[in-house]
Amino acid sequence: MTLLETHGLTAHYGDFQALFGVDIRLDTGETVAIIGANGAGKTTLMRSITGVLRGAADQIRHKGTAIGHLMPDTIMKRGIVMVPEGRKLFPSLTVEENLLIGGQHKGGRDLGDRIDSFLSRFTGAPDPVALAAGHDGTGIWTLDTVYDLFPILKERRHNPGTALSGGQQQMVAIGRALMSNPAVLLCDEISLGLAPVVIRDIYAALPKIKAGGTSVIVVEQDIGQALKVADRVYCMMEGRVTLEGRPDAISRDDIHAAYFGAPA
Amino acid sequence: MAATHTLTTRTRAGTITGIAALAFLAVAVILPAFASRSLIQDLFFILTMLTLAQFWNLLAGYSGLVSVGQQAFVGFGAYMLFAATILWGVNPVAAILLSGVFALLLAIPTAFFAFRLSGAYFAIGTWVVAEVVRLTVAQWQAVGGGTGTSLPRDARDAMWGVTWIEAAFDVRSSAARDILAYWLALALAAATIGGIYWFLRTRRGLALAALRDNVEAAKSVGVDAARMKWIVFLVAAFGTGIAGGLIFLQNGRISPDSAFAVTQWTAFVIFIVVIGGIGTIEGPIIGVLVFFMLQELLADFGATYLIVLGCLGIVIMLFARRGLWGLISDRTGVQLFPVRRRLIAPARGPAGQTDEGGGHND
Amino acid sequence: MIWIDTIVQGVLLGGLYALFAAGLSLVFGIMRLVNLAHGDLIVMGAYLILVVVSVLGLNPFVAALVAAPVMFSIGWVLQKAVLNRTLGDDILPPLLVTFGLSVVIQNSLLEGFSADSQRISMGPLETASVAVGPVTMGLLPLLTFGSAIAVIVGLNQIFYRTAIGRAFRATSDDPVTASLMGIRPDRVFATAMGLALVVATIAALYLGTRSNFDPYVGPARLIYAFEAVIIGGLGSLWGTLAGGIIIGVAQTVGAAINPEWQILAGHVAFLIVLLVRPRGLFPRAVD
Repeated sequence: MTLLETHGLTAHYGDFQALFGVDIRLDTGETVAIIGANGAGKTTLMRSITGVLRGAADQIRHKGTAIGHLMPDTIMKRGIVMVPEGRKLFPSLTVEENLLIGGQHKGGRDLGDRIDSFLSRFTGAPDPVALAAGHDGTGIWTLDTVYDLFPILKERRHNPGTALSGGQQQMVAIGRALMSNPAVLLCDEISLGLAPVVIRDIYAALPKIKAGGTSVIVVEQDIGQALKVADRVYCMMEGRVTLEGRPDAISRDDIHAAYFGAPA
Repeated sequence: MAATHTLTTRTRAGTITGIAALAFLAVAVILPAFASRSLIQDLFFILTMLTLAQFWNLLAGYSGLVSVGQQAFVGFGAYMLFAATILWGVNPVAAILLSGVFALLLAIPTAFFAFRLSGAYFAIGTWVVAEVVRLTVAQWQAVGGGTGTSLPRDARDAMWGVTWIEAAFDVRSSAARDILAYWLALALAAATIGGIYWFLRTRRGLALAALRDNVEAAKSVGVDAARMKWIVFLVAAFGTGIAGGLIFLQNGRISPDSAFAVTQWTAFVIFIVVIGGIGTIEGPIIGVLVFFMLQELLADFGATYLIVLGCLGIVIMLFARRGLWGLISDRTGVQLFPVRRRLIAPARGPAGQTDEGGGHND
Repeated sequence: MIWIDTIVQGVLLGGLYALFAAGLSLVFGIMRLVNLAHGDLIVMGAYLILVVVSVLGLNPFVAALVAAPVMFSIGWVLQKAVLNRTLGDDILPPLLVTFGLSVVIQNSLLEGFSADSQRISMGPLETASVAVGPVTMGLLPLLTFGSAIAVIVGLNQIFYRTAIGRAFRATSDDPVTASLMGIRPDRVFATAMGLALVVATIAALYLGTRSNFDPYVGPARLIYAFEAVIIGGLGSLWGTLAGGIIIGVAQTVGAAINPEWQILAGHVAFLIVLLVRPRGLFPRAVD
């Protein structure tokens, strides 16, 4: 069943167009990898899906509902959560606080949402409570189970998040996203700048994440890693999808052409 | 493409402005021959407020130095004029220059303190200094302490040019003093606008605009931000001090509360600039006219007038950040004081449009 | 002995300034907003308490409890509808909008309540005092100082022990990433401004009971508050208290030398600290 899809997705930074009609799809239970060189538009795609860059409503659909125009917090409360590129831990928060903040707004029934929901009857603005209604944020992930997944975090839970090593910070960022029990987890360049052994440890968590009922999109520059974990792969170049397929059904030459734009 | 591109700040509107400004000045100079005394007083008010607004705009609009303490320079300049006249026997007209010089001297320690505070807190620094100066001047008994003082009659009578004006226009000495003050204000406003316009078109002035738009980029091409800020702050203090001296020379009476009034010398000035359009020379001109009209319409309502002014300033800052002039300029494309350099390309033939292939690379 | 008394009175006065400043410090710490209307908002709070006292006949402390949620709502709406639009890299809009707001509030209060000075009556509490050794301390100044400490402890508890405090700090660090965690930064800022105005209500209670006030007293109080915030180091609440105490002690010592020097001495103390420690006494490590 299609969980999340984009249709002819375009995105702009001022006058600069970064995406030119991107179509991707994520089915329930799947892991999809998006590969591509620097500047291919992968991160822009993630920013569009999460609402950081907002655009036309029906270019992005989640469970059939148009979400392209929604604010990031409403999209998060629908269960689409991102591990941002560069981890982006909150430096003023400890490891444990970073994790807690990931779970504290799930479900989205706070007073502000209710006020906006009430006002939306008159203004025609999106109703955040109705839009977040399908996802209650409950599931296997709690502080304890995240600590089970990454035991080192429990030892360091009272440290500032930014005092940890790169790999540990990445674990915090993933744990923080899991705390809301997302339906869709978007991982933007989670292996960037990490040692291979650390990358292996982090990717080892992926099966457990999938077992918890979360579908995953990983954005990777590391093609080998992406092919290893993904059910399907999209390759992007210059703001367009240049290749789509199952890892076992596409050849190295196809990927090379889709990645660099030149025949091998 | 061998045709030459030229760099210019000249626009047709700019040229027209130049001619119009000269004609306007000529009329303004001979105006006292026809105009009533109250009109001359109104114009004096407009011209001095315009001068203050131009200098505040130079600070905040062009240099990002939001000062809420410019009353320090108005008040100190004015007080030094009174001190020079009363204590040292300087002719009041000559003492106007001293107002500027003393304001400049005050600006040195002020900048020293206020520049230690970054961003918005710079505003607080200038405010504290203004308070310190006000409280200190209020202790100065020779110029009246907390209650203030008046310009002595003999000093007023000794003002250069007054007797000539009395004879030439056949008016009493009080009216003659108003005419003199008006001419001085006219000269000051014209010099201020002309000077700022000239400055913004020099290499330094363009550097200032670069600094406002992008500090990092400006640094990378060698603009010394700290030095520019010092220069602008000192120049603005000098001009503000002169305006202060002139205002209180015309007024004839001074007190710490009136000379250092934050509402009059800072709040009104800020609203003039914001309403007219911050960061343009045209803005304060439009702003002071709107301000004067509002004052004429609403002056009888007291507090309501200030509420309207405050709300107008807020609305403009929120929804039309470039003020009334920004709205006019966007609609019409007119720039009366062009300071931006524009690249003038030679006329292109149809062939010129297709020569370079499209497609972006990032 | 007289000097000990002077300094103690100065410290207690510093508590009042810290109360004026705590709201500013909170707002600057979370959203880097320098609110030039804060003093006038405090004065507005004092008028609100005055109205509640005279209309409902309540004790001023109870009246402040009634006024606090009203002030919270005013702050929330003000931030959501107006001030959030001014936040960004450009420092002009927030300064000029809050400056305009200051003028509007002052003159609206003038329209509503005239320029006559007012006072909220506390009855016998106004003159009550306790003697500790050689020093006599007014009960009301003591209460003010105690409230300042309670406010700072309370705000720190909110900051470091609650979910909303986590959201404050996270949004202050990085609003975009906070929004990916389900936080709506504009609401967090609105809540912070609401909270700042609750603190302002407490400040207003003591402003109105300790001395006379009129619609124009806001800016003069605000300047001490800003001095306290800057001396303390931007965004540090305990630093703000220390800053308030420095200003307060400088003022009472100045006044002891010459009554006309009271306010001047406070400003001079501020300038001296600025000279010696441009970033304040307790600058934040991360900024």
